[in-house]
Amino acid sequence: MLAYIIRRLLWTPVLLAFAAFFVFMMGSIAPGDPAELVLGPRATKASIEKQRERMGLNDPIPVRYIRYIGGVVKGDFGDSYNYIGRTVLEIIGPKLWVSIQLNIASLIIAVVIGMPLGFYAAKRQGTKSDPAIVIGMLVLYAMPVFFTAPFFILFFAVKLHWVAAAGWNGFFSTQIILPAMTIGIPGAAIFVRHMRASTLEVIGQEYVRTARAKGMSSFVVNYRHVARNALLPIMTLLGFTLAGMFGGSLIVELIYGIPGAGRASLDAIFQRDFPILTALVLLGAVMLVLANLIIDIVYTIVDPRIKLQ
Amino acid sequence: MGFAGLIIIIFIYSLGIFAPVLQTHDYQAIDLSRTQHAPSAENWLGTDRAGRDLYSRVIWGIQTTVIITITTLITGSLLLGVTMGLVAGYFRGWIDAVIMRVGEVISAFPDILLIILLAATLRPRIVNFARDIEDNTGISGLVSSGVVDYIVIGIALLPLTWFGMMRLVRGQVLALREAEYIEAARAMGMSTPKILFRHILPNVVSPVIVAVSFGLGGVALSEVILSFFGLGVQPPRPSLGVMIGDVTARTGSGSVSVLRDHPEQLLAPIIVVWLMIFCWNIVGDALNDVLNPRAR
Repeated sequence: MLAYIIRRLLWTPVLLAFAAFFVFMMGSIAPGDPAELVLGPRATKASIEKQRERMGLNDPIPVRYIRYIGGVVKGDFGDSYNYIGRTVLEIIGPKLWVSIQLNIASLIIAVVIGMPLGFYAAKRQGTKSDPAIVIGMLVLYAMPVFFTAPFFILFFAVKLHWVAAAGWNGFFSTQIILPAMTIGIPGAAIFVRHMRASTLEVIGQEYVRTARAKGMSSFVVNYRHVARNALLPIMTLLGFTLAGMFGGSLIVELIYGIPGAGRASLDAIFQRDFPILTALVLLGAVMLVLANLIIDIVYTIVDPRIKLQ
Repeated sequence: MGFAGLIIIIFIYSLGIFAPVLQTHDYQAIDLSRTQHAPSAENWLGTDRAGRDLYSRVIWGIQTTVIITITTLITGSLLLGVTMGLVAGYFRGWIDAVIMRVGEVISAFPDILLIILLAATLRPRIVNFARDIEDNTGISGLVSSGVVDYIVIGIALLPLTWFGMMRLVRGQVLALREAEYIEAARAMGMSTPKILFRHILPNVVSPVIVAVSFGLGGVALSEVILSFFGLGVQPPRPSLGVMIGDVTARTGSGSVSVLRDHPEQLLAPIIVVWLMIFCWNIVGDALNDVLNPRAR
């Protein structure tokens, strides 16, 4: 197990270096000459050439890549082409933080709805409520955020006036509820599906029967023996689900007018500010890889039955 | 259940395929005397803010989705994914390691962000390339026909499709290559391609079919998302994503009023997208039960 963890820890930086290389290459084949973008349309040829030299654009690709990754390690993703004089990190930092908060809120909603419902469906296997929950959640899962987001705005904000229709006011405000629900409900569907499957797996185990045979109350059996063990494999899903929700949150941010990574990446594309876009993509990958790494390691420690080679 | 899903999919897809016959109006004909109309005998689903017929736009949008799902299915999943899975699983060694590591790097990115990055950076390159072809060969209308959009979306969606399929096929092949009948075939001096395609490929077909039907909903959704962002299909070509973006907030504050006053315009494109994803999932479930009875 230790060997596995060490191998994962050694491979992760290599993986991220390759990811950075990919992103760097995409950035360098992106349309537009960065020097021209920085200087604006009225720049002369000579000044553009000078700017290219200053930005190091005339160096060979490997040199530029090493310089790029050297900066990235220190948290320097270069300068924005559009907001002159500001670093990429200054611009995307706050926006990324907004997206992270939104995603955490959504994950909480997904877990709080999904886990108990999946557990309940598994306990009710053979009755009508099990397939009803499964199909109902599949309907919700398939529902595109394009539908839920405008529907929530129209119903809860425009019609009922419970919350503001759009905008961002921090994690602890009512405005986060609608977007977080929009992202969290399809996420909950994923948890229901897997929680149900893993509960069904545990419920048939012999130690559960033993616990029952010993005369333990069904509450204790359910929560100490079944739910706890059923939760273990779900942990590995967290990273995967978070990645899926992150994609959904880009759209949700646009519809709800939240100043997060989604808005930032779209603006970056249309302003040809590719350092911002590539930094966002790379940071997304870093967060995803690290989240999965931590989850996998914790998983191997928490569940001693896992033997990975 | 799965059967009903299949029928709905066939119905939706045939709406798209036969869009030129089934349309009641030209999808891009602007009629400013009839904007934001409710559904009527003249316009079955009403009209949008430029007076364009929503029904015709929806079925042409479906056609776009049909083309994208079928081309990415053939190129990304089947050609690339299955071939690479066969090669990686059968030969193992360094070729397997390279393919797996490349896949790991690509799946390290959040899907949607990667797709957006690819579409945004590659589009101008591909458009220029197509213009060069037009200039040098005299073929015209390559860019305006929308083929370029399809190529851009197809390439952008590749990372979404090939790796999962490749890993699936590889896993199957890894188990199959040790099977006795493969050993027998090898002992009889059968050539490697023949073993791969005659003996191994037919045995991986059923999990591939299941994976494809699960994946197609996602592909359809990704196309809609890209077009919603304005990175996929470009107007005037219709796409469900463009239609949704027209009504919701893609273009900024100006269209919030459209959403508030005419939310019914969202209904048709969204229901189609929803049904497609839902039905592909059900069909996948049903196929899984039929083709892999041991799975559950």
